[in-house]
Amino acid sequence: MKNLFKSNAVIMLVFSAVVLTAPIWLDPIGANYPDLLQKFAIFGLFAIGYNILFGLTGYLSFGHAAFLGVGSYTAVWCLKLFTMNVFLGVILATIISGIFALAIGFISLRRSGIYFSILTLAFAQMAYSLAYSVLTPITNGETGLQIAADDPRYLDSMLGITQQSEGIPSTHFFGFDIKSMDGYFGFYFAAVVLIIGFYISLKIFRSPFGLKLRAIKSNQTRMTYTGFNTKPYLLAAFVISGMYAGLAGSIMVAIDPLAGAERMQWTASGEVVLMTILGGVGTLIGPLVGAAVIKYLENIFSALNNSELTNIFSWLPEAIQTATVYIVEPFVGKGWHLTLGSAFMLVVIFLPGGIMEGFDRVKNLFGFGKKKSSSEGEAK
Amino acid sequence: MNKTMLEIKGVNKTFGGLHALSDVNLQIVEGETHAIIGPNGAGKSTLLNCCIGKLIPDNGSVTFNGRNMIGMPPHEINHAGMVRVFQTPEIFPDLSLMDNLMIPALASRDGTIKFNPFKSMGKEKNIRDEAMQSLADFGLEKFHDQHAGSISRGDKRRLELAMGLIQHPTLLLLDEPTAGMARHDTNATIDLLKSGKMGEMTKVIIEHDMHVVFSLADRISVLARGHIIATGTPEEIKDDPKVKEAYLGEEQEDE
Amino acid sequence: MDAILIQILNGLDKGAAYALIALGLTLAFGTLGIVNFAHGALFMLGAFCAVVFSKILTISVKIKDESVTLFDAYKEQPYLEIWFGDFGAAIVDWAVPLSLLFVIPVMILIGIVMERGLIKHFYKRTHAEQILVTFGLAIVIQEIIKHFFGANPIPTPAPDIVSGSAAVGAFFGLSDNLVYPWWRLIYIIFSAIIIFAVFAFLKFTTFGMVVRAGMADRETVGLLGINIQKRFTIVFAIAALVAGLAGAMYAPILPPDYYMGMDFLVLSFVVVVVGGMGSLGGAVFAGFLLGILQSFASMNEIKSIIPGIDQIIIYLVAIVVLLVRPRGLLGREGVFED
Repeated sequence: MKNLFKSNAVIMLVFSAVVLTAPIWLDPIGANYPDLLQKFAIFGLFAIGYNILFGLTGYLSFGHAAFLGVGSYTAVWCLKLFTMNVFLGVILATIISGIFALAIGFISLRRSGIYFSILTLAFAQMAYSLAYSVLTPITNGETGLQIAADDPRYLDSMLGITQQSEGIPSTHFFGFDIKSMDGYFGFYFAAVVLIIGFYISLKIFRSPFGLKLRAIKSNQTRMTYTGFNTKPYLLAAFVISGMYAGLAGSIMVAIDPLAGAERMQWTASGEVVLMTILGGVGTLIGPLVGAAVIKYLENIFSALNNSELTNIFSWLPEAIQTATVYIVEPFVGKGWHLTLGSAFMLVVIFLPGGIMEGFDRVKNLFGFGKKKSSSEGEAK
Repeated sequence: MNKTMLEIKGVNKTFGGLHALSDVNLQIVEGETHAIIGPNGAGKSTLLNCCIGKLIPDNGSVTFNGRNMIGMPPHEINHAGMVRVFQTPEIFPDLSLMDNLMIPALASRDGTIKFNPFKSMGKEKNIRDEAMQSLADFGLEKFHDQHAGSISRGDKRRLELAMGLIQHPTLLLLDEPTAGMARHDTNATIDLLKSGKMGEMTKVIIEHDMHVVFSLADRISVLARGHIIATGTPEEIKDDPKVKEAYLGEEQEDE
Repeated sequence: MDAILIQILNGLDKGAAYALIALGLTLAFGTLGIVNFAHGALFMLGAFCAVVFSKILTISVKIKDESVTLFDAYKEQPYLEIWFGDFGAAIVDWAVPLSLLFVIPVMILIGIVMERGLIKHFYKRTHAEQILVTFGLAIVIQEIIKHFFGANPIPTPAPDIVSGSAAVGAFFGLSDNLVYPWWRLIYIIFSAIIIFAVFAFLKFTTFGMVVRAGMADRETVGLLGINIQKRFTIVFAIAALVAGLAGAMYAPILPPDYYMGMDFLVLSFVVVVVGGMGSLGGAVFAGFLLGILQSFASMNEIKSIIPGIDQIIIYLVAIVVLLVRPRGLLGREGVFED
């Protein structure tokens, strides 16, 4: 029975079913609209990829938003120069962000620990500053890079595809308009990419390669004396996670064809770290859960305002209601980041394993799952 | 006489002004169990570290099966066949015992680098069987799915021995394999090191416990203040006045 | 020659801020082993202490502006001016320097609360976890400030008498055109005093000796049976105080907003790494060095050769230093080298 649940095919079936039916079961909690569903998928993909580096090897990068940015810019340029079919942009974005990750990872991985974190931070900040200044011809600076009606789109014109209507054309995937089906096509497109991304992550987690990465996290010195050259493994993990970031960036563009430098800022990198931690570092599904929770709460909390809060707490006596609203108000609306920061601290302090660890604890509390206590090592 | 497997010639190592090793010469012959003894701070661990690439000697040479080991990175030295078992257990505390043994087994099969991100661990039947067999050999199979960090210190040391052995080394370097063990565990370890494949393997053992040394060693070298002051059979060493003065004397007072 | 001098001066005031923040970061890292991503937030809090203090001093009433005769105009007049006349006006004018008296107790208190409440529980955790929890804290502090003060920078002027520029050129016997704002000059001198005070404190007091010994070899000091806990709290409070003072005095140079800490934090971390983790001298040296380098890189002559260099020079230096000399410019051998 247990083995059945552990087989890749079953996991993938369940995962795909859950993801593809998300519009149905997320409806009751008010999360069923394309814009939000797409965010779940995109940031889930980003976090799953990031987890391959941080979760498996323990190397904390503060620069992965840069790869997301590179992916976004690449994808927009593909739309501008070649074709409105997003397929090419997605592929190229993944490859090019992989190349960037290879270069940055090669240098950053010369160091470990906090030095590695600061090196990646420095590279990401460099990319961000350059995107705003010198690279304006490529990135269009503060305005952000957008597509225009008169972009060349050489591939499209070569194939004789002309746009039917005037104005800015919309992105499509082999003829299917991303915005079609009231925007749900965009979600299903992102969801399929997410499922593929999850499958690859699952394979990596369960491969000898994944085991070696986890061993590096556990005791890197021992790995070298066990006969492994650890640097190439770390670099591979870094590049793979960078490619995931680039892929996520390109999906963003496929759905909404613009790219801005603010996507590359180090606080954006901090956000993906946060998603991973909140969900559960090093677990397969945790990062996706973390990404979804954060994006969902962001959506709910940032929409609330004073009058809505007053409504929510209207069942309280008036004095307490006023006081509650006063206390809660800073956490919602524009103050959503306060909630985020506080949640982040609470998780790191009390639940370093994130939501997934929380699940396990609850499971053990009620006697499900493996009993840990009986198999505890004999204490001497 | 069997051929020399490891040859250490004129090795010096200083830390700051301190001479940890001065002009150390040592030959390890194929098939023997060679114990290196000496008082604390004599340079025994430094000598091992110079062999496995953790430290680079100031000068001198370390040759293993005819290959120069100096400057070679640790992971390549491992693949040359020289494997070290550490004094403080160096294991992977966050991984299961099974994984702890599969890692070195994979290292022996895959070499220093091999990317196999799409191969399934579930299909690695040979590696799995080998690891399970090794756990059984060391009486650890009942802990196979536990985190290595959670087992007792004695079990950790046995795990480490198993991790070293699963790589089928040509030369096993053991750093105080019984330190901190209770007497019956020590005896069990001695039996383990004498029996089967372990018994035939060429071994270098650093050890404080004279009981262990005299039970296992074919030859003994005595290291004191960075110098090898004597090398010989256990009987020769027992009778060597220099050794008594430098080492055995103190040790007997301790006991 | 003038151009070079002015660039050095331009670099010095920013460098002074980097140096002060990096000093606190190094102190916390070297003695407590804590990587504090909330240190920039402490700098920002210092600046907002100055803001709050000057706001308190300028609590005003609306009175009729007599100078406008055409229509009824009103102006705000601080109570202090009404009560104490010219003396009150002077106090209002000198709000920023006077705010230091307010900054000192507040920042020490914040430092103690932070160490007791959060940091001390993270001494034994990994650097990654320290980074994450302090990063979360930084966001929280930032958002609280944003909630109360809004997102816009709040101009906090320097006293009138020093709001002009000093004729630095004339002083050095160079061109008369070479002028430099007084307040920035004061900031440079102020930071020099603080740096000197911190070094003197560490050098000449027994407490300082223990701290320095702790930076050299944490374990041994722990074994000596010295009450490390209390000292750790004090060290952290000092680090917070230095950051706070640096921030308060910086308010007239850069109108404080809730985000200023983050910008300075990243740069200060780079400064610490370039100077050498755990090396106080290195932090100060690298702070000034990078400030000056940045100032030179933003000269038009240089920017025309290498466009964008002003934006990335600091990171570039950091990358090169980390790769070539991982322990940093003044870091000791073997200390935090990995």
